[in-house]
Amino acid sequence: MRARSAEPIVWLLFSAGGVLAALFVPVLLFMFGLAFPLEWVSPPEYGHLLDVLGNPVVRIGLWVLVFLALFHWAHRFRYTLYDGLQLRHLNVLIAVLCYGSAVVGSAVAIYLFWQIPNGL
Amino acid sequence: MTQDIDYRPRPYRRRISLFWWLERRSYLLFILRELSSLFVAWFAVFLLLLVRAASQGPEDYAGFLDWAATPWVLMINVIALAFVLLHAVTWFDLTSRATVVRRGGRRIPRWQIALGGYVAWALVSVVVAWILVGA
Repeated sequence: MRARSAEPIVWLLFSAGGVLAALFVPVLLFMFGLAFPLEWVSPPEYGHLLDVLGNPVVRIGLWVLVFLALFHWAHRFRYTLYDGLQLRHLNVLIAVLCYGSAVVGSAVAIYLFWQIPNGL
Repeated sequence: MTQDIDYRPRPYRRRISLFWWLERRSYLLFILRELSSLFVAWFAVFLLLLVRAASQGPEDYAGFLDWAATPWVLMINVIALAFVLLHAVTWFDLTSRATVVRRGGRRIPRWQIALGGYVAWALVSVVVAWILVGA
């Protein structure tokens, strides 16, 4: 038995990501993935979008959403691979790839949210 | 000549087919729910592409919307939306089973906790849509 495990921490990230994804992703994906590209609803003006994205609360909030969504994926997908494809013997490799991608993705996200201009 | 035979008991392990999740509807639903996480990750990537385009200027933002209107991306997003809705519904359902809230010594019924989740979901969706379109 290991004395300490990272499991509770990654489970907490998974769980928090699950809540935020359930609350925020359907509406955002519907708007930007379908309604705006198909012009069911006219997409936000560039200036307005930049005002929204440049707002510090939105900027940090969306980053947290991306960060937790990625860890939610990493944790759940890790177990999908274990159980679905019975890859228990690749335990360590899968964990490193999943959580590693989430860490890299979150770091890239910090850079991208940092790059948003502060309004016009 | 004697042979070394290992008489220690070995645990019995049933062989499980790689496609065990096709055996029952509930297994299939389980694996679909687990796979919804792939589309949550896709959304994170899609959002980051939008943020990058918006940071680079109005032409890139228009380019992003054109790209999002191409058949392949639309198809991915339709599938992703279906999976994300499955995630949201099953998540609020699960939360209401797992959460025990007591008030005045009585446990708050499951449907009230689930309802709370759905109401919060509706509120968030309306506010986000209003910020994007209405304001």
